[in-house]
Amino acid sequence: MNPELLTPGGANVRAVHDAFHGDLLEVSMGPHHPSTHGVFRMIVTLDGERIVKLKPVFGYLHRNHEKLGETVSYLGSMPYTDRLDYLSAMTNNWAYAIAVEKLAGQPVPERAEYVRVILAELTRLLNHTCLAGFLMQDCGCSGTPLMYAFREREKILDLFESLSGSRMMCNYQRFGGCRVDPTPAWVDATRTLVGNYGAFLDEFEALLTGNEIIMARTQGVGVLSAALAINAGVTGPMLRATGVASDLRKSDAYGVYPRFQFRVPLGAHGDVYDRYMVRVLEMRESIRILEQALAGLPGGPIMDPKAKLRGFRPKAGEAYGRIEGPKGEIGFYLVSDGGPNPLRYRVRPPSFINLTVLEDMCLGQTVADAVIILGSVDIVLGEVDR
Amino acid sequence: MSDAPTPPPSPAHQPASLPAITDAERAELRRHGILLTSLQELYTWGNSHSVWPLNFGLACCAIEMIAASMAKFDIARFGSEVFRPSPRQADLLIVSGTVTKKMAPQVVRLWNQMPEPKYCIAMGACAISGGPFKQGYNVLKGIDRFIPVDIYIPGCPPRPEALLHGLVQLQEKIKGFTIKGPDAPRHLQKADAGEYPVPEFGARDLEPPHNPAVWSAPTLVRAEKS
Ligand code: SF4
Repeated sequence: MNPELLTPGGANVRAVHDAFHGDLLEVSMGPHHPSTHGVFRMIVTLDGERIVKLKPVFGYLHRNHEKLGETVSYLGSMPYTDRLDYLSAMTNNWAYAIAVEKLAGQPVPERAEYVRVILAELTRLLNHTCLAGFLMQDCGCSGTPLMYAFREREKILDLFESLSGSRMMCNYQRFGGCRVDPTPAWVDATRTLVGNYGAFLDEFEALLTGNEIIMARTQGVGVLSAALAINAGVTGPMLRATGVASDLRKSDAYGVYPRFQFRVPLGAHGDVYDRYMVRVLEMRESIRILEQALAGLPGGPIMDPKAKLRGFRPKAGEAYGRIEGPKGEIGFYLVSDGGPNPLRYRVRPPSFINLTVLEDMCLGQTVADAVIILGSVDIVLGEVDR
Repeated sequence: MSDAPTPPPSPAHQPASLPAITDAERAELRRHGILLTSLQELYTWGNSHSVWPLNFGLACCAIEMIAASMAKFDIARFGSEVFRPSPRQADLLIVSGTVTKKMAPQVVRLWNQMPEPKYCIAMGACAISGGPFKQGYNVLKGIDRFIPVDIYIPGCPPRPEALLHGLVQLQEKIKGFTIKGPDAPRHLQKADAGEYPVPEFGARDLEPPHNPAVWSAPTLVRAEKS
């Protein structure tokens, strides 16, 4: 066998030419496929049931987000960031606001920092709950876990809606604060939700975490090594499931995160089950952060009184703002020439970069496993294709 | 069957010799356990209450489509909870999100693969017109340029209630169809194309940029200066 033709993936993987083999089967999954979480396409080459090659095809949802960001004003891009990762609009808003605030040297009042943390952690709850539901649907439990997840999602969305006016596309953060001040009633409602969320997680976990079928289906599937994850730039729960302690909330200490007590859950095997477990444990930590933030929420202005909304023109320069989003490091890189629009606007999309290791995780697995491996990456095509 | 639609068939399709039965007479008969209906009523009634959507999400709006099928909004109340993964089993294409130029041929292909009778809902600003991304170079400015759209649901994203409302509107529309004549649905008309041309990506853009049979550029009428 020609060693140059060997593909990574261990002994059970055969060499593949790009040209079509007589005894290999090429299957195109997507762009319309219920398990691809949107319009994503995988061209999978199969040897029997085993995957010997996987070619992802992107771009079915390329909405020229970055180009549009250069043609509208700084504030005008804020609603577009909602539509990047449409399950976690609040964290996208925050990352973008941080980038612009860095560019303009804009301080943020303390109350706004607390509200941002509360909203980001609510978003994390929402995102991870939905992801667990979708992942279980990919495993074949169609319906029940997703129904439970969406029931909780509606409760969080009601909070978002009463605060920002929109369920999904919140467009809530501003440069130097937040758009509206949460009322005491809203804070109370959030407190109730956070107080009940632990019970929901207990119920959810009682159904799923120790479930024998789910363990058999997900353990040892789609293993990602820590070295490869670091080399590929994987971030977020995907990276932590491989056992690498990396969390921007700890290492960057942005916002008021240093004031809160929380742990960073780590996996040990880097398989699908660990990725699920890390997310569930992260939700428990999010509840702790939320409890502390709600207890310590200070008064004061929500918006820096000197912040300039109209005619906003930061001085020439560049800035990169990033936060720990639910899917990983979401960052915005902005170059300003002193005008009202960014000269260059670039998004660091966590799920796109996490997706680059998909083939490495899928090689040697069965085609049914590819579905749950993709589900465990937690992609949102709005962010992957932008 | 007790809630079969009551409007009598329009007189144009009644044989001339039979006088049309009045609503009062029908109600009287129904009280005696006799249900009078026409094939047309039965057909549209059955059609309208079992609209099975295609399990097909495009972008953000798809999340609200999923939310509409979940416990809180429960699209099952309207007979449409059976999301089919295969276009061969689906009646309704919900275009739920941004259609890019790379995706447009696949959407038209899916539409061609669905068996008649089939309906299309354009959900959200993007599917209707390109929405917030209309200025971009890669976004189709409305799916109605290639396939016939029955119901438009504005919003970015439309709330799940809006989708349910759109579905009810579609059911009303189906109930208004006749089996023959000018009110017949598209697929029962002789002039129906059946297959819609799938656009190809040409040198610079989709070719053709729209299907002239279903869409033509609106003519601008300038207001007279008074
Ligand atoms: S209409 Fe709005 S919410 Fe719907 S797909 Fe387009 S951008 Fe997303």
